[in-house]
Amino acid sequence: MNANASIKVQSAQRSVGVTQAMVAVFLRDVRVAFRQKQDLLNPLLFFTMVVTLFPLGVSPEVAFLKQSGAGILWVAALLSVLLSLDHLFRHDFDDGTLEQLMLQPQPLFLLVLAKTLAHWMLTGLPLVLLTPVLGLMLHLDGNSVATLCLTLLIGTPVLSLIGSIGAALTLGLRSAGVLLSLLIIPLYIPVLIFGTGTVAAAAEGAQVSGYLALMGAFLVLALTLAPFASAAALRISLSNS
Amino acid sequence: MWQFFHKLGSPKWFFGIANRFMPWLLAGGLILLVAGLVWGLAFAPKDYLQGNSYRIIFIHVPSAFLAQSIYIMMASAAVVTLVWRMKLADVFVKSVAPVGLMFTFLALFTGAVWGKPTWGTWWVWDARLTSMLILLFLYGGVIALDRSINDEKSAARAVAVLVLVGVVNIPIIKYSVNWWNTLHQPATFKLTEKPAMAMEMWVPLLLSVLGLYLLFGWLACLRMKTEILVRERRTRWVKDLVLAGRK
Repeated sequence: MNANASIKVQSAQRSVGVTQAMVAVFLRDVRVAFRQKQDLLNPLLFFTMVVTLFPLGVSPEVAFLKQSGAGILWVAALLSVLLSLDHLFRHDFDDGTLEQLMLQPQPLFLLVLAKTLAHWMLTGLPLVLLTPVLGLMLHLDGNSVATLCLTLLIGTPVLSLIGSIGAALTLGLRSAGVLLSLLIIPLYIPVLIFGTGTVAAAAEGAQVSGYLALMGAFLVLALTLAPFASAAALRISLSNS
Repeated sequence: MWQFFHKLGSPKWFFGIANRFMPWLLAGGLILLVAGLVWGLAFAPKDYLQGNSYRIIFIHVPSAFLAQSIYIMMASAAVVTLVWRMKLADVFVKSVAPVGLMFTFLALFTGAVWGKPTWGTWWVWDARLTSMLILLFLYGGVIALDRSINDEKSAARAVAVLVLVGVVNIPIIKYSVNWWNTLHQPATFKLTEKPAMAMEMWVPLLLSVLGLYLLFGWLACLRMKTEILVRERRTRWVKDLVLAGRK
């Protein structure tokens, strides 16, 4: 009887499919994040404040802001994502959830992918939604704002995915925050160049489909390769502690 | 073949083989480099456009070459570290990363010095220069990560993952001058085409590149030997070696 029950439990566990497990991890991360709302708000506040620094620190003139607005917003978004990356694995690492995830029969890289997508939905997506407001404050015209939002929509998941590798590598290290930035910023530069390049091309009235296709290629590349690297890095970091 | 591969994993075996090769690497490297530099700096003809200022190419191109090759070598060693867990591969990555950083810096620095008389500016944000700067950052990141993980084994594997992730930058550097219209001139060495520069300039340049490669080999052996001694300090053969040296 007892043995039967345990066999049933085992088979029930085994029948949890990969997709189901990914959805469960994703929903769990969203739920945990909504219970600590301040963590959700912080990147957005940081984003807004960094953007505010430029008109005040460099020049509030309309001509300057029109020209550099897209770049400012991209850099600020990049920094906000960077700032939020520390949270991606940190809490789960501290309370042991990560070790449990690693013991799951489902492949770790898919679970990491689910976590990263949740991270993007909770930080990258709100940044994209906030961008039109800040774009107006920087005197960008409608066309530029639309292109900018589109590039950020494609670009921020790439930032989260690449960042997850750095977050996994620096997990549990002292001064992890600074180290994370050192490792990840060089890898962010190409995304930044093409992101702002797209908006600049749109402002000149050129075709942007080529640029967007390239950014899409970045996204596909990051989506397929980054979870493997993060999963490998997580295994290394956890075997270390 | 496989026996050779297995032996390569043994630090002690490497120590012996490095000792045997190092004088040749040093001598060959010095001879080629000095020959290339003296020929290039003193005897090669002046450039019809740039005058004598082009002569910095004999330092600039070899260091830029090394800067990229070292990263590719590190990436190959990183694969070996992750797949076969070979000790020597991670000793190699750890030992040559600062050398790569140095050559990247040297390439950027000589490029800036060369840029001033020819382009009229120390620095431009063009594709080749920027991607070399990213390479400098990557080397810095690799060194920083290695130094912040205390455990040797996990440091080696974490660094290997980072090196492999950063490898995407290498083709961007290599082809940046072909993909984008930039200020920087196209590649100097091509395997399939006749060189675009005069033979009297090209041959000394080739000599200095080869010489610097050999010198890098010597330096890599030297640094790896030091690293091996530190890591294997508790083993019998290192103790014997040190005791024999003290006599």
